[in-house]
Amino acid sequence: MTATITTPEILTEQFGTVRAQLPGADVPWLAAMREAGLGRFSELGWPNTKTEAWKYTSLQNVQTVPFGLGRSAEPAAKIDVVPCLFESETAGHRLVLVNGHYNENLSLLDNVPDGVVVLSLAEALRTDPQLVEPYLGHVGLLDGQPLLALNTAFMNDGFVIKVSKGAVLDGPLEVIFIGGFEDDTVVHNTRNLIIMEEGSQATVVENHVGFPTMGCVDNEVCEICVGPGAILKHYKLQSKGINSTHLNTAHVDVERDATYEAFLLSIGALLSRNEKTVRLKGEGSHCAINGAFLLRGKQHCDNTTTIEHLVPHTSSREVFKGALDDESRGVFQGRIVVRKEAQQTDGHQMCKTLLLSNKAEIDTKPELEIYADDVKCSHGATAGQLDETALFYMRSRGIPEVAARELLIEAFLGEALDEINDENVRDLLRSKVGHWLARDN
Amino acid sequence: MGQTPILEINDLHATVDGKEILKGLTLTINPGEVHAIMGPNGSGKSTLSYVLTGREGYEVTGGDVLYEGENILELQPEERAAKGVFLAFQYPVEIPGVTNTTFLKEAMNAVLKQRGDEPMDAMEFMKFLRGKTKELGIADDMIKRSVNVGFSGGEKKRNEVLQMAVLEPKLAILDETDSGLDIDALKTVSNGVNALRSPERSMLVITHYQRLLDYIVPDFVHVLANGSIKRSGGKELAIELEKFGYAEFIEAA
Repeated sequence: MTATITTPEILTEQFGTVRAQLPGADVPWLAAMREAGLGRFSELGWPNTKTEAWKYTSLQNVQTVPFGLGRSAEPAAKIDVVPCLFESETAGHRLVLVNGHYNENLSLLDNVPDGVVVLSLAEALRTDPQLVEPYLGHVGLLDGQPLLALNTAFMNDGFVIKVSKGAVLDGPLEVIFIGGFEDDTVVHNTRNLIIMEEGSQATVVENHVGFPTMGCVDNEVCEICVGPGAILKHYKLQSKGINSTHLNTAHVDVERDATYEAFLLSIGALLSRNEKTVRLKGEGSHCAINGAFLLRGKQHCDNTTTIEHLVPHTSSREVFKGALDDESRGVFQGRIVVRKEAQQTDGHQMCKTLLLSNKAEIDTKPELEIYADDVKCSHGATAGQLDETALFYMRSRGIPEVAARELLIEAFLGEALDEINDENVRDLLRSKVGHWLARDN
Repeated sequence: MGQTPILEINDLHATVDGKEILKGLTLTINPGEVHAIMGPNGSGKSTLSYVLTGREGYEVTGGDVLYEGENILELQPEERAAKGVFLAFQYPVEIPGVTNTTFLKEAMNAVLKQRGDEPMDAMEFMKFLRGKTKELGIADDMIKRSVNVGFSGGEKKRNEVLQMAVLEPKLAILDETDSGLDIDALKTVSNGVNALRSPERSMLVITHYQRLLDYIVPDFVHVLANGSIKRSGGKELAIELEKFGYAEFIEAA
């Protein structure tokens, strides 16, 4: 039995049936933007492995899944306890999306301080489209981005956070995405927006979880503006159900003297991809894109990043670590582009992978594209096995083999986790790594 | 008959990568005794230490090893450690990202657990560890750093002694503890080892050079050449070897 591929024609048809129900359907600029997205996808078609950016990741199984609205905001199963990272007492603020729809009852947004707006995208598009108009579709550009184009056409819900000039979000905002409660599969076209005005500060933690056995397909897009002097810490834990597909495209603009720090911890999903494009647009801007991927079985995780240094005196740092067991496969494509004007760029990139089985595979492709002549850039990639000598050393001290292996893997991944500046988040993600090692994630 | 020997090696044969390295080695160590094994490079010294501690790739093809009267050749390295066998490595291994404290605590509690004792909590262990570092004159920062990472040669060997002090083995095998040490470091490390000598602890000191034995004075000295013990004697044998070298044993082989 062969499933039908969702061609641009079929998608146009599917779009036709849902467009009137999509949020903000009566907003002219938005309708035009959706049309443009669909049109661009029709030109580009599905990403395939002949495209450099998709060389190691095939979307064959996604191409047969229908695009639509998905079910209602109410989950099929009752959620008694939100699977949150931060306990209620320590939680700053919480926004919950179930099956791609904002769920007000599970969210905790009462204490969001003045100067900070947190709401769902659907609500913003319905009640205050002007809030998002200057940003939506202006950070994430459609060129060469078929998934972003598709998301633009079908975007349905997501989170919007806007931190006004000089405002500080007092605690972390945890955004919990709960998926996999539906009995049929549709693609969730979640669209998120983070707007940091001049001098503002916030920590946003995305927590993507899913019902363990059911599959769902995410085609998420996140657009982020970090204004002059602003600081955004943006962390993400992806531990979705083992049958799901999680595709995330993020575009980030970083202005003068601003800092964007990201960490991507990928543990779940059968197929996952984080594609992140960061543009360092203002002098003195800095970004850190770090992450870890822990895979088993036949899991596949792709981290593809582009960091563009556009002006002088910008810096970037990238540390990724992978632990691959069984027949899993990891992909890391890290591109650093230094434009001609971007003198005194300081860019550092590293990806190290631990292969825990003979059948695991890593494809690493670091790329430096440098047009300026006075820059400091480095990159490195390694793949190896657990150090047998270290293992014996630990065992000779009485540490059982399993525990010794866990300690070594944990220490290996620690180098990436240590890059997380938020101590709480670092500890929380470290404990997730511990659970993965103990196989109780 | 007297007490049960701590270690009894009978006609031990062992291969590495299919090549026979130990060719009928016999040796008995009683509780509290310090034995030195001296021998030229390639005589099988390190192989012996790895066979005794159960390293993978070292295959026993004949003979047996009794530890406190029990055959330990089928036991995992961690099980041997729990029973009180300890190897001070010739080249202590660096473990980036694991602090010495974590490493020692994991080891200590794993050993306690295997012995059926209660593990120590963090506070208890720190107190215990502080006592050990004080005894050995080891600075606090050494236990906070990653295991052996960035340590000098002397620090690495002192760290081995610290591990030995923490795990309190009944049989300590010291594999070329003198290698890479200058005379001052050698004295410091030897003092640490000597502090751990006791009637309940036997030691097997493996070395190429006699000098170490000026500081860790053995009760018995054995010459290992070509995979078996060629001669045994008291500490004066070491001095003789220093004078005349290993030539006669190599030729004899």
